[in-house]
Amino acid sequence: MGILEVKGVGKRFGGLQALSEVNLSVKENTVHAIIGPNGAGKSTLLNCLVGKLIPDTGSVMFDGQSVLGRSPHEINQMGISRVFQTPEIFGDLTVMENVMIPCFAKRDGSFELNAISPTRKHGDIRDMAEQMLIDVNMQDKRNMQASSMSRGDKRRLEMAMCLVQKPRLLLLDEPTAGMARADTNNTIDLLKEINETRDITMAIIEHDMHVVFSLAQRITVLAQGTPLVEETPDNIKGHPKVREAYLGEAQV
Amino acid sequence: MLGLDKKDFTLLLIVSALVLLAPLLLNPFPEGSAMAQFNAGYPDLMQRFVIFGIFAIGFNILFGLTGYLSFGHAAFLGAGSYAGMWMLKLLSMNVIPAIIFSTLIAGAISFLIGWISLRRSGIYFSILTLAFAQMAFVLAASVLTPITGGETGLQPALSDPRILPEFLGGGSVTADGNIPKPSLFGIEMTASSEVAVGNWLWTLNWGYYLSGFMMLVAFYIAIRIFRSPFGLMLKAVKSNQQRMSYTGLNTRPYMLACFVISGMYAGLAGGLMAAMDPQVGAERMQWTASGEVVLMTILGGVGTLIGPVLGAGLIKYFENIFSKINKATLEVWFGVFPDWMTDLMVTIVYPFIGKGWHLTLGLMFMAVVIFLPGGLVEGGQKIAKLFSRKKEPETPGGEAKPAE
Repeated sequence: MGILEVKGVGKRFGGLQALSEVNLSVKENTVHAIIGPNGAGKSTLLNCLVGKLIPDTGSVMFDGQSVLGRSPHEINQMGISRVFQTPEIFGDLTVMENVMIPCFAKRDGSFELNAISPTRKHGDIRDMAEQMLIDVNMQDKRNMQASSMSRGDKRRLEMAMCLVQKPRLLLLDEPTAGMARADTNNTIDLLKEINETRDITMAIIEHDMHVVFSLAQRITVLAQGTPLVEETPDNIKGHPKVREAYLGEAQV
Repeated sequence: MLGLDKKDFTLLLIVSALVLLAPLLLNPFPEGSAMAQFNAGYPDLMQRFVIFGIFAIGFNILFGLTGYLSFGHAAFLGAGSYAGMWMLKLLSMNVIPAIIFSTLIAGAISFLIGWISLRRSGIYFSILTLAFAQMAFVLAASVLTPITGGETGLQPALSDPRILPEFLGGGSVTADGNIPKPSLFGIEMTASSEVAVGNWLWTLNWGYYLSGFMMLVAFYIAIRIFRSPFGLMLKAVKSNQQRMSYTGLNTRPYMLACFVISGMYAGLAGGLMAAMDPQVGAERMQWTASGEVVLMTILGGVGTLIGPVLGAGLIKYFENIFSKINKATLEVWFGVFPDWMTDLMVTIVYPFIGKGWHLTLGLMFMAVVIFLPGGLVEGGQKIAKLFSRKKEPETPGGEAKPAE
């Protein structure tokens, strides 16, 4: 049994069958990559996992509990965090505040009317956020306005905001999209370290095969809304079905 | 101190001092001098300064922190006024129950309106709140006449029960057969003591000081909210709602709580208005009143602590002082010029004074929005920066910095 079990998920938008009969099993403490050509339904699948979309058929179980019909904040409280394709952070706030907000969400739940006690008096939250900033090497940027940082730093901040909640499953939507090779390698190292030291299971959508093969222990290939194969990286590399999906059928 | 850091505490002290000394500060010109018409230190106007200050502080908690622009806050102001007036009619002329009840009623109504309006954001939210406020206005002006007095409005009458005992402000009629006045344990809100120093005349009014005290309480609570985790969450709502819900936070209760708090501030302001000047009409709920508080907040500085209070003061000052200047006054001012020039100047300036004070306000508003998007507070900061930059080379041992 994996920590995330997707069974028979289908989703239709008007005349387009975006997903059909998708099965996926993500084992605890592994990095599981979902790859596939454009339009294969990767992002739709991800949106079904976090509550942004509700699939028409099938079930999504996280740690034995169904996530279907729950809103994104409830699913996050169950232990699933998400990193977006373009970093979603609180641009108007400082880096420190950005990291403190998820700490409050972790400690106090989805709503708490803390309207009178000053934020600076919540020492435990401050320590938690401070430690996280040190871990991702951003402590010297703590008072910067988040929107003024480089894209790489924003990505790193978003990652920190997810990690500080100690999620059990981290979903990453093309975490290296648009990055230079050096930044990509830094991100790979960061993700590797997270997976090894923090016991966080990861499901990652990625186009860059270099990233996929450096990180993933299992790979699911999605094409036209259905999974073609689920295999280890070594077995994926030469798989005829995968070639077919990416390059089209061989002409005779 | 008081749970505030040093900077906020200093700000609170300064505002307290200003409220305390306002009757003196707003009367800088000696009685009878030509400039005396610019004096704003009379009780009526000062009460309006602080009451609209409360209204704007509350509005800014919603608009400044979350960015949700409500165009319906006048509904809560009006509801507070009606609620307060009913307390003055039924319970007693003591203002305490009136302002408590008006705050609670406005809170309840803002909960209902917020519950529905907060399903949408952006312009749709603004339109929904505007629609609700206009509905409230029409209800107050016609359908709910038994409660609101319709177009004649609501005021205390000799026949009102006022069931509380006399020492708590109860009783329908005073000993000499008049309608009693709103009071605080026997002290009438209209009671003032006048202090004359030389040619200056200062009026220290009880009603003003009660309203001023309430404004300081409201201001203090607003600072605490701004600096609390709740305030941080509201800023997060403004910044990125998507990230907020994927961080495990439910934005709806945060928004609703904020909307209700903001509505209660409006209700408190409405209740105080009824207590200071016991008559309420439906026009208090009209959309122009909702628009006015938006102007006050933007003029003073959205999202700043002190800005809304400054904006409220400035607009009320213009409304009351600029509108009083008439053609004769202008002729005296420009009388020093030759006749043809006097006529010319009066013709140019006349449309901007008296009833045309809105024109002046409009120009000022445009200037602020274009040159100082952060409002008067930003203006103040720029001036402060200018001064501190000038001082820098004078610091001992400091090297002169190259001009940038």
